[in-house]
Amino acid sequence: MTAVADVRESDLQEYFDATIAHDRRIEPRDWMPEAYRKTLVRQIAQHAHSEIIGMQPEGDWLLAAPSLRRKAILLAKVQDEAGHGMYLYAAAETLGADRADLTDKLIERKQKYSSIFNYPTLTYADVGVIGWLVDGAAICNQVPLCRSSYGPYARAMIRVCKEESFHQRQGFELLMTMMRGTEGQQAMVQDAVDRWWWPSLMMFGPPDDDSPNSAQSMAWGIKRHSNDELRQRYVDMTVPQAAVLGVQLPDPELALDESTRRYRFGPIDWSEFKQVVSGHGPCNDERITRRRAARDDNAWVLEAATAYAAKHSA
Amino acid sequence: MNDTETVYDALDQAHGGEGQWAFGTGFDDPLAGVDTTVPDGVDAADLGAYCLMLGDDALVLSQRLTEWATRSPELEEEVAVANCALDLLGQARLLLGRAGTCGVLGRSRSLATESIPDEDALAYFRAPDEFRNHVLVEVDGGDFAQTMVRLLIASAYRLAVFTRLRDSRDPVLSAIAAKGVHELTYHRDYAARWVLRLGDGTAESHRRAAVAVDALWPLLADLFTATEVETRLTGAGVAVDPGGFEVEVREVLGTVLTRATLDAPEWPVARPSPGRAGSHTPELAPLLAELQGLAREHPAATW
Repeated sequence: MTAVADVRESDLQEYFDATIAHDRRIEPRDWMPEAYRKTLVRQIAQHAHSEIIGMQPEGDWLLAAPSLRRKAILLAKVQDEAGHGMYLYAAAETLGADRADLTDKLIERKQKYSSIFNYPTLTYADVGVIGWLVDGAAICNQVPLCRSSYGPYARAMIRVCKEESFHQRQGFELLMTMMRGTEGQQAMVQDAVDRWWWPSLMMFGPPDDDSPNSAQSMAWGIKRHSNDELRQRYVDMTVPQAAVLGVQLPDPELALDESTRRYRFGPIDWSEFKQVVSGHGPCNDERITRRRAARDDNAWVLEAATAYAAKHSA
Repeated sequence: MNDTETVYDALDQAHGGEGQWAFGTGFDDPLAGVDTTVPDGVDAADLGAYCLMLGDDALVLSQRLTEWATRSPELEEEVAVANCALDLLGQARLLLGRAGTCGVLGRSRSLATESIPDEDALAYFRAPDEFRNHVLVEVDGGDFAQTMVRLLIASAYRLAVFTRLRDSRDPVLSAIAAKGVHELTYHRDYAARWVLRLGDGTAESHRRAAVAVDALWPLLADLFTATEVETRLTGAGVAVDPGGFEVEVREVLGTVLTRATLDAPEWPVARPSPGRAGSHTPELAPLLAELQGLAREHPAATW
């Protein structure tokens, strides 16, 4: 490398650092450190994969939704998630990634998705609880990302967050309706809360002292708050909602700390989290198998579209 | 933007107090504001029966399209197919609701508890032989070629019906048709674009598209013979006689197939629709079992 190029690169780095320091956005045309680009591609792809895999647990209830209104709400929601996946893959493509390649990496298990989607949806109450807790946790994670330093990601997140908050309200409304319903429905809701509460806390990722990439992501303005800080915010927000709903959160240690006005909660079973993240959750294989089948069984459709476009582009 | 602000704060500010908890599901009474009085000289039982025919076509095809969710060839198709399914589900809800206001509920109303709306009583508490859809929409979805050829036929047919129903003397049918025409125009064009790509794509896609056309074409025989209900309602200015647009649909389908380099099989001779009389293939019962199972397991529940 020549001395001239060295100088130029250091200038670029300086400009990049100043942009971050002034809380301005990095745009696709701007120079960025390779590690920043890689971190973003990994994070955005993981987020996009989560949207697409996340369609499956709720999608499993589409054909059996218990009223036509609930079916319409759920179908619109699952469709929105496909849309979120599309914007996010498009944001990753502004960094030079390719959607088909990212999908291949997902299917080959070289990239991850949120571990929460490896749990099964056993009853229709799970649809409501996913809306309330899982989308609620996702919103806590994602609202700060609307200020992420990378422009296309931040802008995609604004739209995603608006739609997520709509889904979260719909989930809560389903649970409210079920809690006003039969005893069987109330029991279904409590059972679903019991199963999803701890996994929802794990959505914020490992504790701060065990989260090796967090500091760099925060320095780059990709991430705005630590995992533990966001988790605490989620708990503080959710406990009063559980009271309104009339369900018990399955944590005997959950209590308001009068001095901080924040809720203390019991220890999270991180061994379960590691088990699921490493591919051994209840539904990991099923989720990837279905995604693979959607790609492979329909490969002939995309080949046809490509061939048709080639014939008719002349 | 202040990131300490949560969506709850935003909701609270917008709606105050309790409003935040159950705000915003956004589905109003679909027939609000439309005069639901049955027009003079129209038999309510006929009108309700007709709404069931059109509503069941939409409901059953919507369910078949929904089977593609999370299994589509691309994300764009995931969104587009769900969009068609949602439109049809919306049409089904309006039409079943109209059948309810006409009093055509039969046994379903006594099987479903009071809290269950008419649209759900009809969708969830009828037996297969009480459904009035054409067989075309109930047969197994098959591969993507079969799905797109079926969507092309079904939407070309339904668009011909709805275009004419905009002038129906029944204000509810007329309103449903006016909204549906835009939706169905999109469905037909979406399906036609795929039939072109598949027919004129690769050898494999051409083969699959040809198989789909051969399998589905005979079911066109059911679509163009008016039932007695349709004949009476056509006389009353409420419904349309499907025999009146057989040529039009045939031309639309023929045009697409020719451009897709697919051979159109011989046009079948029209016969009375078995589906409209409640006679269905064995494929309808499992579709309905899946659709209805959970609701029937909890007949006293409100969702």
